[in-house]
Amino acid sequence: MNSGSTGPFDVLVVGGGPAGLSAATRVVECGKHVAIVDDNLTLGGQIWRGSPRGNPGLVDLFEPLRQSLSKLAVLSGTRVFDHPAPGVLLAEQADDVCALRYDKLILATGARERFLPFPGWTLPKVMGAGGLQAMVKSGLPIEGKRVVVAGTGPLLLAVASYLKRHGAQVVLICEQASWSALAAFGLRLIGFRQKIKEALELQGKIAGIPFAANTWPVAALGSSKLESVTISRGGKTSQIACDYLACGFHLVPNTELPLLLGCELENDNVKVDEFQETTVPGIFCAGEPLGIGGVESAIVEGAIAGLTACGQKPSGDSDLFRARRKARRFARLMERTFALRRELKDLPTTNTVVCRCEDVTYARLKQHSSWRAGKLHTRCGMGPCQGRVCGPATKFLFDWNPDSVRPPIFPARVESLATSRNGT
Amino acid sequence: MPSPVELTVNGKPVTVPAEATVAVAMMIAGVACRTSVSGEPRSALCGMGICFECRVVINGLPHCRSCQILCQPGMDVRANE
Repeated sequence: MNSGSTGPFDVLVVGGGPAGLSAATRVVECGKHVAIVDDNLTLGGQIWRGSPRGNPGLVDLFEPLRQSLSKLAVLSGTRVFDHPAPGVLLAEQADDVCALRYDKLILATGARERFLPFPGWTLPKVMGAGGLQAMVKSGLPIEGKRVVVAGTGPLLLAVASYLKRHGAQVVLICEQASWSALAAFGLRLIGFRQKIKEALELQGKIAGIPFAANTWPVAALGSSKLESVTISRGGKTSQIACDYLACGFHLVPNTELPLLLGCELENDNVKVDEFQETTVPGIFCAGEPLGIGGVESAIVEGAIAGLTACGQKPSGDSDLFRARRKARRFARLMERTFALRRELKDLPTTNTVVCRCEDVTYARLKQHSSWRAGKLHTRCGMGPCQGRVCGPATKFLFDWNPDSVRPPIFPARVESLATSRNGT
Repeated sequence: MPSPVELTVNGKPVTVPAEATVAVAMMIAGVACRTSVSGEPRSALCGMGICFECRVVINGLPHCRSCQILCQPGMDVRANE
């Protein structure tokens, strides 16, 4: 294994999704030296995963960057796991460990799906909604497969539409939110012209796919892989045969790295000032870690962070601030609409696995009063995902709050950890 | 159009589309990625590298997140036991 050091960069951006690309674009425009580091194989984040084809938003943001490659370093397939000293992050690549040095840091770490446990959710072919979409984008043949899309949030519609376009037979979209919540959401969209356009386009694309509100999965059934799913719809249960269950309950922010760096959170989101600066001077944050807001807020917040990191603070009456206010209003509206119903807390039964890394069941966890107690007694959250899946689940089920974050924030090789100790 | 990639999964030959990830190869081969601590078969859940359910052994190296790694010709992939 090799180890090395790169930088110092004027600005290091962690995360190559909309917020990170937008930030990097502004930094390049300011004539500064910037690097984007991303765990995934390609830039674009989860929303624009893969090639720019069919992703005009990615092309818009990426093209200006492509023309300034001399000012830009892109480190894909590179995952940050430690922060050994001020101005340095440590990251692992396929065979290397690398120290990334920076003057200013912009965190654009995005979000992940929230998964909730129910009987059978650990069966192969029960996947996240975004998870199945990512797999299809990575080459999984889906043509002719029967898929149930379930959970909550706008992602379900986008995923269903994508899968249908690729030949899947989407049997049903199960949205746990009530019709009344969705109707109120629809009415309030009137303040968001762009969103109405998107909604109508999407409606055209999902035409022909059955959609049910007040509906959620109760159990996934099958011997070694998924065969059918039991759903609760309007108080009645029924069974649907399917090849895949794509199930995600909206998104949760990735706040592990901000926490490791000492950034404060507020209501589980990274706290920033009006210029996107966190409570740690010189460290900025943009996009989903500030609360799930979608691509518009990510792009505008990335721009403000990028400019400010270069010492070019936008002025108070800037269009950027107006755009951000509007995008954040939309975020709050989404949060209300897709709030989780309490019936979902009753889905796990005694033997349902909650922590998938350590196979800790609901019954074992229920005996404990906090995340820490559960962790110490059952190893819940101590496996390789480090609570990224069971943390948000136990927060919903038991109101537990995960405790402090410690390095490495991702499992790292022993050799990498040795580098970390040597204080590279 | 780049040509398909041939590799082996649990010793059996599998052909996957160009630029498919190893997690996709496991799905096409119809085998689980790993066996959990209590013996359950598990496969990719998140598809984006955070859940670690899709861990496999690639060319002898264990605990590789198969959703984050592209298939290469001749790769030897095995379930993570």
